[in-house]
Amino acid sequence: MSYALGLRCRDCGQTYSFTPQAGCEACFAPLEVAYDLPAIGRALDPARIAARPANMWRYRELLPIEPETAASRPRPTALQIGWTPLQPAPRLARALGVRELYVKNDAVNFPTLSFKDRVVAVAFDCALRFGFSVVACSSTGNLANAVAAQAAALGLEAFIFTPADLEAAKIIATRIYGARLVQIDGNYDHVNRLCGEIAQKLAWGIVNVNLRPFYAEGSKTVAYEIAEQLGWRLPNALVCPMAGGSLLTKIGRGFDELRALGWVQGDSRICGAQATGCSPISTAVKRGSREIVPQKPRTIARSLAIGDPADGVYAGETIRRTGGWAEDATDSEIVEGIRLLAETEGIFAETAGGVTVASARKLIAAGRIDAEGSLVLVISGNGLKTLDAVADHLPQSVVLPPRLADFENYLSSLQLEAPGLEPALA
Amino acid sequence: MPYTVRIPAPLRKFTDGAESVSCQAPDLEGMLAELVLRFPDLKERLCEPDGRPRRFFNVYVNEEDIRFLGGAQYRFREADDVLILPSIAGGC
Repeated sequence: MSYALGLRCRDCGQTYSFTPQAGCEACFAPLEVAYDLPAIGRALDPARIAARPANMWRYRELLPIEPETAASRPRPTALQIGWTPLQPAPRLARALGVRELYVKNDAVNFPTLSFKDRVVAVAFDCALRFGFSVVACSSTGNLANAVAAQAAALGLEAFIFTPADLEAAKIIATRIYGARLVQIDGNYDHVNRLCGEIAQKLAWGIVNVNLRPFYAEGSKTVAYEIAEQLGWRLPNALVCPMAGGSLLTKIGRGFDELRALGWVQGDSRICGAQATGCSPISTAVKRGSREIVPQKPRTIARSLAIGDPADGVYAGETIRRTGGWAEDATDSEIVEGIRLLAETEGIFAETAGGVTVASARKLIAAGRIDAEGSLVLVISGNGLKTLDAVADHLPQSVVLPPRLADFENYLSSLQLEAPGLEPALA
Repeated sequence: MPYTVRIPAPLRKFTDGAESVSCQAPDLEGMLAELVLRFPDLKERLCEPDGRPRRFFNVYVNEEDIRFLGGAQYRFREADDVLILPSIAGGC
């Protein structure tokens, strides 16, 4: 059975049945899925979850998806999405000055190397239930990749709208799946406005417009996985990148649900990270303001370049009520953050990951995060998609003739003093 | 100084189905008041109980967010294309 009861307005509480809908008809606020949590608590427990396959569907009762059936049509629930590593990060911990650090590594999420595979899977399960044959999205890149890949796997026609200046890898990794990519001469907020108008004209399932309440629920699985991978424990703090503010808000909601089910106890300070060149939410948090003032984005972190964050108000609220804080990182700090994570832990994150690492460093240094507690950094996407951001910031590699003498000259020019570099035979 | 205000689909049941409305008011506050005067059921949708515009819709003038044009201070011009649109999710 499904434990999702229907949709509820986050602001005024108005309830709706399961229909494709962008927001509350009464006040325009976002809608969220309401669940019968007591019934879930009776049907499910950590031991039953532990026996299930290692993917995001192990939490299916907490998602707005149809019950498992013998349906002949393909479903996203057949895909191995989620259950990405929660990697202990001791070398990065030393560099940042914190005792117990983990990286939730959605850079290796399947199939398109970002957390967006989770949200699209939930959105498409609902899109198929609602009978849509055409799906669409506005995207800064990662959502485009996820929509294109899963649409191909499910036999859906996909239209994808992005800013024209997207990274080459994200453009090619959308077109390869046969999706129709429409590049708009404008920033993400312009693209979003256009999609809002299209949603009113065409009977399409637009992932971040009329499928938004369902899509957003997929992000909660990041929170469930972190808690389960820590042995049903919450980290003392967590740092999450923010663009529209939805991921952070839903991680907060996921932790709340686990507490309500009695599976975890205690608090977790949820902190947000933005690029300084597009920081409407972190600016509001630092000012102690509940009002989000939109900005014109100017940052290399294009996946976070949303100047008018639709869930910014809720992200700010989540940060405040959990005792968290927000920080932001300049372009050069973002590159340093990407390099630090790669060089200390072997994880190559996209620009948003650099934002998270750099912001975490500031939050720890300022005492906003307890250096003696446990901390999780959420890495939402893969560095292979944003190579341009770091390409000019790395040490030059050398080109040598294939002669040992040339290599020995090169090696001695490095003046290295590490053990193991001296000649084995004199 | 008439200009056109385009009404989003979820609100058209309160505007007798009209997709756009011609307005004359000089600024945002006046425009919302003019719409409410003509279609009283819009008031609850567009305004908080204290009268301020609700947080979850945006107003665009000639495809630019009115908040980048001065917001409440912006003075509408003849033939402006004004669009009311619910805010939309995106990014992470």
